[in-house]
Amino acid sequence: MRIALFLTCVNDAMFPATGQAVVRILERLGHTVEFPAAQTCCGQMHANSGYRDEAVPMVRHFADTFAPYQAIVAPSGSCVAMVRDAYPRLWPAAAPVAARTYELSELLVDVLGVTDLGAYFPHRVTYHPTCHGLRMLRLGDRPQRLLREVEGLELVELPEAEECCGFGGTFAVKNSGVSSAMLADKCAAIGDTGAEYLAAADNSCLLHIGGGLSREGAGSKPVHYAEILANQKGAG
Amino acid sequence: MSGHGDGHIVAHRPFPAAATVELGKPQLRENLRNATHTIRDKRLRLVAERDDWEELRASGARIKDGVLARLPELLDQFTEAATAAGAVVHRAADAEQACAIVTDLVRATGETEVLKVKSMATQEIALNEALTAAGIEPVETDLAELIVQLAGDTPSHILVPAIHYNRAQIRDIFARQMPGVDLSTLTDDPPALAEAARRHLRQKFLTARVAVSGANFAVAETGSLVVVESEGNGRMCLTLPETLISVVGIEKLVPNFQDLAVFLELLPRSSTGERMNPYTTVWSGVTPGDGPQQVHIVLLDNGRSAVRDDPVGRQALRCIRCSACLNVCPVYERVGGHAYGSVYPGPIGAILSPQLTGQAAGANRTLPYASTLCGACFDACPVRINIPELLIHLRQTGPKPAGERAAMRAAAQVMRSPRRYRSALRSLRWAAAPLRWTNRRGRLRRLPWPLSGWTASRDAPLPPGASFRQWWADR
Ligand code: SF4
Repeated sequence: MRIALFLTCVNDAMFPATGQAVVRILERLGHTVEFPAAQTCCGQMHANSGYRDEAVPMVRHFADTFAPYQAIVAPSGSCVAMVRDAYPRLWPAAAPVAARTYELSELLVDVLGVTDLGAYFPHRVTYHPTCHGLRMLRLGDRPQRLLREVEGLELVELPEAEECCGFGGTFAVKNSGVSSAMLADKCAAIGDTGAEYLAAADNSCLLHIGGGLSREGAGSKPVHYAEILANQKGAG
Repeated sequence: MSGHGDGHIVAHRPFPAAATVELGKPQLRENLRNATHTIRDKRLRLVAERDDWEELRASGARIKDGVLARLPELLDQFTEAATAAGAVVHRAADAEQACAIVTDLVRATGETEVLKVKSMATQEIALNEALTAAGIEPVETDLAELIVQLAGDTPSHILVPAIHYNRAQIRDIFARQMPGVDLSTLTDDPPALAEAARRHLRQKFLTARVAVSGANFAVAETGSLVVVESEGNGRMCLTLPETLISVVGIEKLVPNFQDLAVFLELLPRSSTGERMNPYTTVWSGVTPGDGPQQVHIVLLDNGRSAVRDDPVGRQALRCIRCSACLNVCPVYERVGGHAYGSVYPGPIGAILSPQLTGQAAGANRTLPYASTLCGACFDACPVRINIPELLIHLRQTGPKPAGERAAMRAAAQVMRSPRRYRSALRSLRWAAAPLRWTNRRGRLRRLPWPLSGWTASRDAPLPPGASFRQWWADR
């Protein structure tokens, strides 16, 4: 299948390893991945902050850029939720492209029908289901099903997993106090699991939680689950 | 053009400032956490019992949307039926008018004390303050509302106004403020506290001649009002006094009893986590020789017509004040109701208060930002109000800081052009390059304004040496 990778701006600039992981996973499965170089940002920050007029040109640009592809995949629950949920409202012509855009676990489990990717990751891992993945995309346990197939991986349950981590885009800055209080509880719950790694489907939430874990000198490290799935024996 | 509302629905401090004060109260946070988690778990259990829950929610939303679509017509129908049943129906455009109507009605009875049935509408219009100013003493009869009144405080939750207190704190309030309380038997046991309140209120129930209530629902076809409650104190007030005055928001209408049945399923499960509420009182005008013989209904607009005029915003008027959205909201859980500065706190308050007053009122423009858009409120809402969508809608239509607007515009210019976007990615890496040399951990502990809020509790990572697209191009 001809699959286009929509990497999202945060991943492109800050977390290139996640994009590389997606490419490795899909190529290992025998698919051709294309990276349309014209892609920019999905416009979530603008739309969610109330800058609709500024977001619409980004929506149109996304639709134009990805129109030729059968499937579009992004390793970000919130950006995919933006595309699938908000695009049709912001610019109705974007609806068909939006409907072909998948979060990585949806593409793997629902479209490609695989859960075992032959990955190896000998660590204790806990998983935070991010709000957009949970309540807008209804990812359910797809990411966990993928992680459970990983050789050597011990998946431990995160207490109060469905609680928001307090990121919320500009909320983390505008309401820094409340955001920090939510983050503290999330970090404490992660600490309780004794996990070496905290996995999630969104690097922006991981940026926030990871920032808290790092500040507290906590033991768990943030990692996008795609990077776990891409890891193979002998690769470190 | 319909006017905006006023009353106790205006925040006087920006939400972040008010929240900072509340965040500094560890006892408050613990009380809130315990209480909201208890109710939230109960609600989940009770909702899971109904396999038709999603259909019920959809019916609730559909019925309310139908009501809003033909509101003027249903209001006339209600008024006609209630009048025929012996009630006197008044209309109030705003809080001030509603308070004036109620105060005049009480004055006409010659009484100087009124019993109050717990009601959000009378809280909204600041009726207690208006009555007190007119020399009339309002007595709250709902246990939690009484606690708040005795403490000289304001409610912090729609359903459980005293949620921010624990048992020990309530015992202290009673010991200090309840006239004639028996200190020898007053422990912080819930039954002991309830008993003290019962003794305090019993005398009032037997002597009061005027009561003021709200209503959970108003049935258009028959002109009936409906109050649901847990304690039975409301029913005492609705049946014992001679004069009953009810203040009812115009969105409380339902067309008929069949539609009412849907809400009597949705409300108790969503609010208290019960299959059915213990007391449901329905009355239609006056019944000679039984119950109040003077019955007044004040239909309150206070900004609701303006909300109804907004095609996106209108869905907020479906709200049945169950408070499920408060109990699942992570922001509410940390700061409590007072941070919202309105009698409507939590997710529904963050949208409804600025909708009713207009976003120019006080600090109400800051309320739509008091959310991470996590969506837990939408999942919990029994009438499917898409609260995250409304938060974004209000952010869209409300005033924005000039600096932020300029920055967002500039960012949008970059993001819509692949060429500018690529060069922005490059500039970011160049700007970070010297930091990567000097900062071995690759983590920043302090960022300049306006990002300083970020580094209050979080480190920020440095951008890596190469972007993904660079890696892709080199491959
Ligand atoms: S918005 Fe929905 S959940 Fe919140 S109080 Fe109203 S009806 Fe209940």
